Amino acid sequence: MAQPARPPAGYSSQNGAGQQPYSNGPVQNQLMHSSDGQGYSPSVPGSYSHQTLVKVPPHQSSGQYNYSGSQNVSQLNNYQGPGQTFNRPPVAPFSGSPVQQPGPVPQVLLPALQNSAAVSSAGNFPPGASPPVLSNWQYSQTPVSQPVGSQTSRLAHVAGTGSAQPPSSLSGNTNPPGSYRYAASPGGPPLQNSFMKPGSAPPPVTQPLTPLHPPARPPLGPPPVGGPPLIRPSTLIAGPPNTQSLLNSAANRDGDATSAASDGSVVQNSYDAIEGGGLMATPHPSSAPPNPKMNRSVGYSYPTLPPGYQNTSPGAPGMQGSALQYPDGSKHFHQPALGTNHLTASMSSLSLQQEGLRPVNLLQERNILPTTLLKAPVPNLHEDIQKLNCNPELFRCTLTNIPQTQALLNKAKLPLGLLLHPFKDLSQLPVVTSSTIVRCRSCRTYINPFVSFLDQRRWKCNLCYRVNDVPEEFMYNPVTRVYGEPHKRPEVQNATIEFMAPSEYMLRPPQPPVYLFVFDVSHNAIETGYLNTVCQTLLDNLDLLPGNTRTKIGFITFDSTIHFYSLQEGLSQPQMLIVSDIEDVFIPMPENLLVNLNENKELIQDLLKTLPQMFTKSLETQSALGPALQAAFKLMSPTGGRISVFQTQLPSVGMGALKSREEPNQRASAKDIHLTPSTDFYKKLALDCSGQQVAVDLFLLSGQYSDLASLGCISRYSAGSVYYYQSYHHNHNPVQVEKLQKELKRYLTRKIGFEAVMRIRCTKGLSIHTFHGNFFVRSTDLLSLPNVNPDAGYAVQMSVEESLTDMQVVSFQSALLYTSSKGERRIRVHTMCLPVVTTLSDVYLGADVQAITGLLANMAVDRSVSATLSDARDALVNAVIDSLSAYRSSVLSIQQPGLMAPYSLRLFPLYVLALLKQKAFQTGTNTRLDERIFTMCQVKNQPLVYLMLMTHPSLYRVDNLTDEGALNINDRTIPQPPILQLSVEKLSRDGAYLMDAGSVMFLWIGKNCGQSFISQVLGVPNYGSIPQNMTHLPELETAESIRTIAFISWLREQRPFFPILYIIKDDSPLKSSFLQNMIEDRTESALSYYEFLLHIQQQVNK
Amino acid sequence: MGSLNAEHQLFQQNPVTWSWEQVYLCSSRILEIIAFDELKTDYKNPIDQCNTLNPTVEKVKKIKRVKIALKLVLPEYLIHAFFCVMFLCAAEWLTLGLNMPLLAYHIWRYMSRPVMSGPGLYDPTTIMNADILAYCQKEGWCKLAFYLLSFFYYLYGMIYVLVSS
Repeated sequence: MAQPARPPAGYSSQNGAGQQPYSNGPVQNQLMHSSDGQGYSPSVPGSYSHQTLVKVPPHQSSGQYNYSGSQNVSQLNNYQGPGQTFNRPPVAPFSGSPVQQPGPVPQVLLPALQNSAAVSSAGNFPPGASPPVLSNWQYSQTPVSQPVGSQTSRLAHVAGTGSAQPPSSLSGNTNPPGSYRYAASPGGPPLQNSFMKPGSAPPPVTQPLTPLHPPARPPLGPPPVGGPPLIRPSTLIAGPPNTQSLLNSAANRDGDATSAASDGSVVQNSYDAIEGGGLMATPHPSSAPPNPKMNRSVGYSYPTLPPGYQNTSPGAPGMQGSALQYPDGSKHFHQPALGTNHLTASMSSLSLQQEGLRPVNLLQERNILPTTLLKAPVPNLHEDIQKLNCNPELFRCTLTNIPQTQALLNKAKLPLGLLLHPFKDLSQLPVVTSSTIVRCRSCRTYINPFVSFLDQRRWKCNLCYRVNDVPEEFMYNPVTRVYGEPHKRPEVQNATIEFMAPSEYMLRPPQPPVYLFVFDVSHNAIETGYLNTVCQTLLDNLDLLPGNTRTKIGFITFDSTIHFYSLQEGLSQPQMLIVSDIEDVFIPMPENLLVNLNENKELIQDLLKTLPQMFTKSLETQSALGPALQAAFKLMSPTGGRISVFQTQLPSVGMGALKSREEPNQRASAKDIHLTPSTDFYKKLALDCSGQQVAVDLFLLSGQYSDLASLGCISRYSAGSVYYYQSYHHNHNPVQVEKLQKELKRYLTRKIGFEAVMRIRCTKGLSIHTFHGNFFVRSTDLLSLPNVNPDAGYAVQMSVEESLTDMQVVSFQSALLYTSSKGERRIRVHTMCLPVVTTLSDVYLGADVQAITGLLANMAVDRSVSATLSDARDALVNAVIDSLSAYRSSVLSIQQPGLMAPYSLRLFPLYVLALLKQKAFQTGTNTRLDERIFTMCQVKNQPLVYLMLMTHPSLYRVDNLTDEGALNINDRTIPQPPILQLSVEKLSRDGAYLMDAGSVMFLWIGKNCGQSFISQVLGVPNYGSIPQNMTHLPELETAESIRTIAFISWLREQRPFFPILYIIKDDSPLKSSFLQNMIEDRTESALSYYEFLLHIQQQVNK
Repeated sequence: MGSLNAEHQLFQQNPVTWSWEQVYLCSSRILEIIAFDELKTDYKNPIDQCNTLNPTVEKVKKIKRVKIALKLVLPEYLIHAFFCVMFLCAAEWLTLGLNMPLLAYHIWRYMSRPVMSGPGLYDPTTIMNADILAYCQKEGWCKLAFYLLSFFYYLYGMIYVLVSS
């Protein structure tokens, strides 16, 4: 929906961008102007540190400004735009970067010098602008013809100082203060409020350039200030000292805007016009005479720079490039060609390959499980490229060596696919604000680190191989503040990047965050007591809900009728409205049911406090979930947002009523279990929701069968998430209460993206086969995600449609376009690059066993829904058998006895066995249907890391933790015990073991466990006195306790949900679930690992 | 060509309708193939597409596009079933035998459709799955071929009977 196909816009937007900035030129001027009143020197240091990081040498800023002046004015906008974003504190991704690229002094001086020339003459070209600009110089009254002289003199001056003197001398110049002043102008914050973060707390950093964007951004709606007219007041604030000049400049801007509209396109197209004097020549013939001179002088001044400058960076030639030099300079501009690199890389990693190729006899090598968590394999790329590649936690491929043809892929019998975690919380994420987002003109790929620059002005798309032009504003690098280094831009240096999207990426103004809570208040629900917990947690986190001043919130409760709550301003207490007509639901007074959170906070708090008590006497046992959801949908559809539904039983009346389908006696027969929904009501409603940008998250807290298979559809197709708390009860099951509290807290406070779409692009020849996860597939490569949350993972099956001959590498790119809770439209782009191989052994070499397991699990869920569970189980086993027999017959030259597996796949049988024993796929009578379906939902929706933990938990011995090899994080020592195999044989009666199964942890205490551990960690005198339902470790002052708690909390911190810790003894009821996870052992209905291997060997050797 | 004699009687009753309906079958198939192709090439939203292909009992909301007789699937099945019944009445055993497999396929296909409250065959949430899309397209082409061949066969039968009488 959102990424409008805009083939024409590709260029027109470029033009548009050219125009806006153009019109902005005078703003800058005027700000320079206003600085007059305050004097330069005092404002320089203080204001400067405001805008840029302290580490940045001051001259850079001056360089920035000047620079933009020299390019036609259009540069200015785009350069500073990104620069400004980098400096933003919450993001601060480039805190180190200016230092990393310590642009040698001369390098920065150069633009300054070039600019000082240009700026002075720039005074000539916009007809309206000239007087104020000139007045800003020392020689303020200089006539039009004059600048030439002053210019040259300036050049001489700067060139002279440039090599000899440090930048500080430069900052004493006339023009830099302009930029300082500009940066520090108090006009920043109000403006920012109006466009960027409506109503948010005053940003600590000024974003002076925001005003430059207004034409591109429509007003965002509610914020009281918005839209272009605002610029003026804010600029007025900016320059109180000098009203005269302000008026001037205001007039200027107008004048300039029009001039930009009329001739902007003429001016900005050609490089010559920009770099050389052409720009000045075009609009203002009268200033023509100076130009040749200036050109010469500019060209002349370069060689006088210290030689060191020329060598500093490959961008240098480009920088020098005046119109004449340019073609030469461009030739230096190649990015390292991927192909050759790849070759050298494979040569250098030859030894590594040997290790990887070593076949492993699984029957003989018992200890193949690594003692640390398995890392993703590193693609066999040149290290320069690999270092730019996407983090495997975000984007991972099952085969890090992509087979060249589908035939080769079929031969390998391994699934090809991607596993994504696109919206993961990241501590470091570069954010780019730029009026044009550079994309391929034909396939709309975002520019990324793996494109190749043919020369300075053209880049070749790495997905469709089209050659595109580099837009003018992309030539400037906001990080190093150097012109002519498009390949050093953050977009080209980071595989994961976020863009602030301009208005072309919006179909409507960004929606406000809207949260609607729907509570089941039937007798059954009240009985569980969940409402207390939820309301209390919500009350505690009301201020932490992601959002801004526009945040809206609403509540609905239902039993056999639907209750709305009017939170109208002026009411002394919330007003309940009951709708008992559930056949044809209507919304009473729609305007007061969803209210602004900040303006009505007291009323909302009131409601949350009274809500749990309101229904305590309710005897209504029916549940009208379907009508309540319809009502919620109707309420939300004008805006979109998030509906959180809390349900405790099978819906029994109205639309969407369900019947119990579970028959406990038939659980064993895998044939007749109901994994498919019994009605399509929830699916259809979810699709309607998806169309209106509404997502539904389902919290199911139920002791009885509630048909999650049908109910889950509401979340699945609207990109929500499902939480399931089996047998929730506030008294009988306190563990679940804590789990709900913690998970609800995370749920309420985590980041959220609204009205999102995600598109996945891949190199021509590859195509997307199937998607897995919670979403609605809108077209072959586009997912519609009404909400996106940081805990959701996605999987994609791929196929090789055309053979990838002549390709050394292929790339995948996922682009997630969403509206943040602050009302900004953003695009998060991840790009991954992988090598292509032609031989089967290479394919096996690059197999990523965890990703393969994750993808297979997703496919198996689909299979068990579309066919049967036993089909899915067979398919999983066959996947192992097929791949290992293919390996045996096609790769191994010598037929050895035993079960040979490539080194990369040595854990494959183990993981598949673990999948077979997982709740989702296991046979036997001890899994309840809802639990099974919930696990299937998790398989589909969890990121790979957590899925792997859930499938194959980690087992640690914790009674003898030492500091050996421990991690040190923030002065905490975190012991790192080795991971043990999941077999009872590894458990000893005199130890204590921690099993980390992702969402749950078990601490098993052996019968003869050391007394010291029991007393010093558990805080009880002896084994017998360990309480039955212990779920907390006391914080004791002993070294053992500190170590154990440090380790457990470290494990917990790494994931967004809260794993409950169960402490179990031999006679605990939970012992069976602990032993269930002992994957290598035999259980009543499943094979042991060794038996499984024997079975596979038998099949492989057939 | 004994069967053609009987067919003759049928065609004589209303030959125009016969060929009309056969044409409808072919064209509906073509439209369906086009529809799936549109889907594959990203031209249309699957919800709209399935709404076009599936007959929806309730009011179709925003689909302004071609509300005409594009509710293809069920009419096709019904017409084909009607053909079979007529062949049965006319004791056209050979023709009936040729059509029986398709009839059986239609019944099977409809029985194994995804869970749906209304009539219909295609589920917008699974249709974008490459396997299912490919299957639907292939099915479309095969049926188109079958209808075309049988159209010419019926035409031939009709002309033969007309000429020989």
